[in-house]
Amino acid sequence: MKTSYLTAGFGLWSWLATRDHKRIAILYTISITLLFFIGGAAVALIRLDLLTPHSELVSIETYNKLFSMHGVIMVWFFLIPSIPATLGNFLVPMMIGARDLAFPRLNLLSWYLYLLGALFAIGALLAGGVDTGWTFYTPFSTMFSNTHVFAVVAGVFVAGFSSILTGLNFIVTIHEMRAPGLTWFRLPLFVWSMYATSLILVLATPVLAMTLFLIAVERLFGIGVFDPALGGGPLLFQHLFWFYSHPAVYIMIVPAMGVASEIIGCFARNGIFGYRFMAYAMLAIAGFGFLVWGHHMFVSGQSAYAGTVFSLLTFLVSVPSAVKVFNWAATLYKGRISFDAPMLYALGFIGLFTVGGLTGLFLASLGLDVHLHDTYFVVAHFHYIMVGGAVMAFFGGIHFWWPKVTGRLYPDAWARFAALLSFFGFNLTFFPQFIVGYLGMPRRYPEYPPEFQVWNVLSSAGASVLAVGYALPLFYLFWSLRYGPPAPDNPWRAKGLEWQTPSPPPPENFLATPVVAAEPYAYADEDSRSG
Amino acid sequence: MEHLPFFPERASSIAAEVDDLYFSWLGLSGLVLAAVAVVIVVFAVKYRAGSQADRGIPDRAAHERATHWIEIAWMAIPLAIFLAMYVWAAAVYLKHATVPADALPIYVVGKQWMWHVRHPGGRREIDELHVPVGRPVELVMTSQDVIHSFSLPAFRVKQDVLPGRYTTLWFEATRAGEYRLFCTQYCGTAHSRMIGRVVAMEPAAFARWLSGGNQAGTMAARGAARFRQLGCGGCHGPNAAVHAPRLEGLFGKPVPLRGGGTVIADEGYIRDAILLPGKDVRAGYEPTMPTFRGQIGEEDLLDIVEYLKSIGSNAPEEMR
Ligand code: HEC
Ligand SMILES: [Cu+2]
Ligand SMILES: [Cu+2]
Repeated sequence: MKTSYLTAGFGLWSWLATRDHKRIAILYTISITLLFFIGGAAVALIRLDLLTPHSELVSIETYNKLFSMHGVIMVWFFLIPSIPATLGNFLVPMMIGARDLAFPRLNLLSWYLYLLGALFAIGALLAGGVDTGWTFYTPFSTMFSNTHVFAVVAGVFVAGFSSILTGLNFIVTIHEMRAPGLTWFRLPLFVWSMYATSLILVLATPVLAMTLFLIAVERLFGIGVFDPALGGGPLLFQHLFWFYSHPAVYIMIVPAMGVASEIIGCFARNGIFGYRFMAYAMLAIAGFGFLVWGHHMFVSGQSAYAGTVFSLLTFLVSVPSAVKVFNWAATLYKGRISFDAPMLYALGFIGLFTVGGLTGLFLASLGLDVHLHDTYFVVAHFHYIMVGGAVMAFFGGIHFWWPKVTGRLYPDAWARFAALLSFFGFNLTFFPQFIVGYLGMPRRYPEYPPEFQVWNVLSSAGASVLAVGYALPLFYLFWSLRYGPPAPDNPWRAKGLEWQTPSPPPPENFLATPVVAAEPYAYADEDSRSG
Repeated sequence: MEHLPFFPERASSIAAEVDDLYFSWLGLSGLVLAAVAVVIVVFAVKYRAGSQADRGIPDRAAHERATHWIEIAWMAIPLAIFLAMYVWAAAVYLKHATVPADALPIYVVGKQWMWHVRHPGGRREIDELHVPVGRPVELVMTSQDVIHSFSLPAFRVKQDVLPGRYTTLWFEATRAGEYRLFCTQYCGTAHSRMIGRVVAMEPAAFARWLSGGNQAGTMAARGAARFRQLGCGGCHGPNAAVHAPRLEGLFGKPVPLRGGGTVIADEGYIRDAILLPGKDVRAGYEPTMPTFRGQIGEEDLLDIVEYLKSIGSNAPEEMR
């Protein structure tokens, strides 16, 4: 048997000191999976508690800590790194025909930084938690909360550097290390998505770091930055926070768009409709995403005229997203579509992302947002994007590249079942939240008026289905590591360079440097030749 | 849990406009979602692997041209719809943001975790807000600690309440009844208990209610007392030795500033004049007014504002 990156070294140290991007991707996968299930456990308690209007399961203090931990972990320690640090790490060099990322050591460092940040956050959780929400609004977080704000902020701060380094690494790699013949417009859309995401990571994360630093300064030394009682500006924090956190939504969703494009092209056996537009659209979204942060502040007391500008810009950025949905649908036209598990996840992604995007238009509409802001409508909307969209695509990507990464095949029937279950469970969980949101139920309420109960019960029921849908892959994927049949090099007959090397790949990725002479997604040509 | 509530009660003049926006988006997005779903399902069935559907493209050039136009169309059509909806929604919002001149002022101070409400006539309430039906009401709000948000779903209005600043919210109740009040900005432990109710009453009943309860003097009277006590009159009074502007007739008027430009003397201006006197200095005066930061509580400050309002708009111009 040839050596693969998996058999190139044994023992814990060969992993912890590895500089192989593929192994680092695995390290990331293991750590973010762990964090995903911690964040998931927190929300399991939340949904159980919300079954009744009186918060019978946990105290309101505990509830506040649970939703804060859920948000902090899911956003910063799961969603932000999810696709870039795992699939991106593994695939960017492989898709461009490179041996590794440009800075392998930096890559390893970024994993350690992530880990350090996560330890701070988990440490804070064990020490009693934090009750500020993932948004850390001031002056509550700086001058009023008695929980472990500093530790959590420090954790997010440190993890931010891991984001910055990863982004930097990807940008340099994509610029400098493409295989001969691999021009920009021959790049797979996944690589484009990583490129666009990296730009955001590098440009936005420093602002977050600075903001978190200012929180620490005000909290520890009482130097007035945000608290008006100390002479600070009450809205300054929100501007800075959303300047990062709105683009952060694109850090989560743009990679998902990349993954979905790869899967849909492959299983529709068709070129991606409007390939160039798709690439430009991701760049446009990344760029214009920096100009819309004020749409989180329509009722904050920011000037009404600022509101009208932010609303207009928000509508403008949603055009490319809308067109992307149409293009994916059009990719199916005259294809030869099969419905393996990755494709089901990708189709699920389109559906949920569409609902998430459409409800975003409700929220971008100024007069309507006044009523919807900070209600469950918003909660449902961003879960449709960040969980329905991003996590669905992430699972799709894991299923798609699993044979390449591990060299094993998983039972497809189980995987399709898990995909359908997640889709159904997701909708049952979050659709009722749109309704209860329009009724006016505020977010972050452990206790609520009785008339909202029926929707909360439905939502909790959905959450239990969703939990099974998310946990199932853990079992059969683990199972496949040992018992799954060995995967061929290219089980899906896919076109990317990563499929033209053994599964699992050798440590140096390619036995000979590949040369690219064609457009990506040349599925249709091949199929018409072969009949 | 007897019935399934799908839709909130509607009890303010702006509620129907907000609902119209909501239903329009529901219709539009329902259409788009259905279209996308139908297209995907039709293609998924027709072009499933192994189906006999025709996949040939006879005329490449015509196909390319058609594709081109399709791309332009589905970029332009959403853009046009978005712009139309944008304008409409922004109009509703701006209406929301512009307080009618005849609005009845009521003052709200939020603090962890309760709402203090004060009517100019002196009546106070906690976690309740009584308002008349058929007359615009303006809430002038501030917080003593963290950010809160005053949300009335049945009226479809909401406004964050900030420390160190006044924000305003107006509405006109259209139906007598009791409606829910929520704090919608997370503000710490008992955020979910910072709730209450709004009671909308017929004007006569409201007038009766206003004059009932324990009265502690009008806000303006209390403000006048505070004004004397803090020695404001020493500079701003008729016989002051200091060169300071008279405050009668100030409220609601444009104030020329030393650095150029003018601002309207609203509640926020008066607040800043007292707490941050250096911020906006009136043209023709030296910035000699001392700051009263830390010496006046939010409620007293509101009393003074209300007092200056009471000697405001109807005072004769020559008194200034
Ligand atoms: C030491 C004298 C002094 C005292 C005491 C004083 N002020 Fe003033 N005040 C001034 C001067 C001078 C100005 C004009 C310069 C400026 O705008 O800051 C002024 C401006 C103002 C303004 C803005 C008026 C305008 O026309 O723009 C308000 C409102 C005001 N003061 C309210 C108060 C109140 C309320 C108090 C008591 C709590 C008070 N002042 C106490 C001297 C004083
Ligand atoms: Cu945003
Ligand atoms: Cu609150």
